[in-house]
Amino acid sequence: MNNLLIPNPKEAESIHIIREVAAQFERPVLLFSGGKDSITLVRLAQKAFYPAKIPFPLLHVDTGHNFPETIEFRDKLVEELGLELIVRNVQDAIDQGKVREERGRYSSRNSLQTTTLLDAIEEFKFDACIGGARRDEEKARAKERVFSVRDDFGQWDEKNQRPELFDMLNGKIHNGQNVRCFPISNWTELDVWEYIKTENIEIPSIYFAHEREVFMRDGLIWTANEHVFREEHEEVMVKMVRFRTVGDMTCTAAVFSEAVSLDDVVGEIRDSSISERGARIDDKRSEAAMETRKKVGYF
Amino acid sequence: MSENRKLIKIATAGSVDDGKSTLIGRLLYDTKSLTTDKIEAIERSSKQRGYDYLDFSLATDGLVAEREQGITIDVAHIYFNTEKTNFIVADTPGHVEYTRNMVTGASTSQVAIILIDARKGVIEQTYRHFFIANLLRISHVVVAVNKMDLVNYDEEVFLKIKADFDVLVSKSDFTEDQINFIPVSALKGENIARQSEEMPWYVGNTLLDHLEVLEAKDLEESTVARFPVQYVIRPKTEAWHDFRGFSGMLYGGNLKVGDEVTLLPSLNTSKIKSIHYFDQEIQEAAPGSSIAITLETEVDLSRGDMLVKSSAVPRSEKQITATICQVNNKALTVGKKYILQHGVNRVMAKVDQIESRIHTDFTGGEDAHSLKLNDIGRVHFRLNKPIHFDTYKSNKSNGSFILIDEAEYDTVSVGFIE
Repeated sequence: MNNLLIPNPKEAESIHIIREVAAQFERPVLLFSGGKDSITLVRLAQKAFYPAKIPFPLLHVDTGHNFPETIEFRDKLVEELGLELIVRNVQDAIDQGKVREERGRYSSRNSLQTTTLLDAIEEFKFDACIGGARRDEEKARAKERVFSVRDDFGQWDEKNQRPELFDMLNGKIHNGQNVRCFPISNWTELDVWEYIKTENIEIPSIYFAHEREVFMRDGLIWTANEHVFREEHEEVMVKMVRFRTVGDMTCTAAVFSEAVSLDDVVGEIRDSSISERGARIDDKRSEAAMETRKKVGYF
Repeated sequence: MSENRKLIKIATAGSVDDGKSTLIGRLLYDTKSLTTDKIEAIERSSKQRGYDYLDFSLATDGLVAEREQGITIDVAHIYFNTEKTNFIVADTPGHVEYTRNMVTGASTSQVAIILIDARKGVIEQTYRHFFIANLLRISHVVVAVNKMDLVNYDEEVFLKIKADFDVLVSKSDFTEDQINFIPVSALKGENIARQSEEMPWYVGNTLLDHLEVLEAKDLEESTVARFPVQYVIRPKTEAWHDFRGFSGMLYGGNLKVGDEVTLLPSLNTSKIKSIHYFDQEIQEAAPGSSIAITLETEVDLSRGDMLVKSSAVPRSEKQITATICQVNNKALTVGKKYILQHGVNRVMAKVDQIESRIHTDFTGGEDAHSLKLNDIGRVHFRLNKPIHFDTYKSNKSNGSFILIDEAEYDTVSVGFIE
């Protein structure tokens, strides 16, 4: 038996937030992408409710362009922990004519996820969506609340946010509204990696260096794959790479890396001089890209 | 995660153009927390705007509206770390809505950095920023006298500002050792992470060194243990058939197995049987731990109730007096009903009397019939059920609450119980 528990303040805060979600809402859901942040959330949720099971399901909005390694990992995790997983596909929204597939050089299904997410929220009457967004990721996220109230259309009004004082969270909402909850708001990318290492959490293999067919565009390393639009002159080569974030293939660039273990990865992040979202193609579209997407309900 | 790095939470306060965003940008730059792509973005934006220097404020001013107006309109959270310390900065805006924003930012911070423009000295805004730091009982205040480069790094200017500020300190509850003065130039990086050669007369620490040497005793209050029950864990599985864990965050002091505890509101007593942190059983937990506790006896205890050591029980009352800061456009008026959230507990509250609106410059108060956005006042409330509280002066976490609008559910006020 351990003698005295000295808390890790960021972990303790996250557990506090997750318990608040379970206590304040009728139908919470954890948005699970298979990325390291949502995997960290699952571990924190385990800690919040142990020895009981996590009292809410996971929702994966699948663009159909995910890395197969991520999907395998997702299914294994869900089975091992006995979790409930809901999958909704962007392809269905395309087939139903609700959204139109983008075409051309920078086409991606990333922004199409919003419609599928909002449909799932309506279908299951979710009133709280737990997400792994962090304030250090991007400037517009720096002002995001831990409990962020969205209207019926999932929209974010940055001028009308509830102030959050001390650690008191106000999740009271009207019918039709829902709340996006961000338990690891105060974590940095390095915090997440150090936590994964300390806790010995398993993560998908694409986070580690591996050989992959890639091509270069705009100084970024793109996956060469049937889902990713490529000009003929953009030459495919095999390189040792890994991913720092795991979104959809069409919006996630790789980095050159030799990091094959968690120790290597943590070391690389510590010394790294490119921010995590620097490898996100979707943010590069304009300076205000993230803010614009959030206003229309993007996660 | 932090590999034993300590965590320091800072709120910044300054008036428009005091260079607050520049200071934070400089801290990020000097601690190598700005990545290549971010620095490139800043260089690009600075050039587009026709500046001949790097505008670090662009590192923090996030929202489109702010960039257009060139002001910060909401609290932004910024993260950086050094070898030894993780920092979280709540960057609070300095314009009209400063009271709401600074109170919000300061509520989660241990340290306040108050910026003063060396050319302007102590101004009305400085009074207000310091007043809020005092009201919130911030553990440590750093007065950063900025733009020293524009006053020829003159020691006299710095000493004059320090003397003016000391008058304020004498009116506050702060002791001298809680306050430090540092002459800086955020733009040039003087005394931020690098000891300034321009100001050899200053022998103290740089801002960053000063923040790093602060210790837990400078930053944390230690009082008595308060454990508000957040969520009751009942696995109902074969292995854990009778397990009933009361989960929550522990505040103020330690709890350990075997402690005699009193449960509120029932006033029943019991003993701590076990303390759980995930799959580990521990003997004792320190403040700030998110844990689950089981008790020796079957008791009635649910969310919003509180578990405390029997040797130190808080007050339980239905009538309370508090200092209120209004954080929403809707005014607080006599007779109005609110949902009062004290920690994780909610009761109904009615405004009995507004005693005064308090001047935020240490000059007392005046009669008031309502409190508008950014007003601070002394208010008497009646509650439908008692809450179990300490005064804010003796215990921050158990002495504060928020008011939630009954119809709109907005957070409209924050209160500090007397």
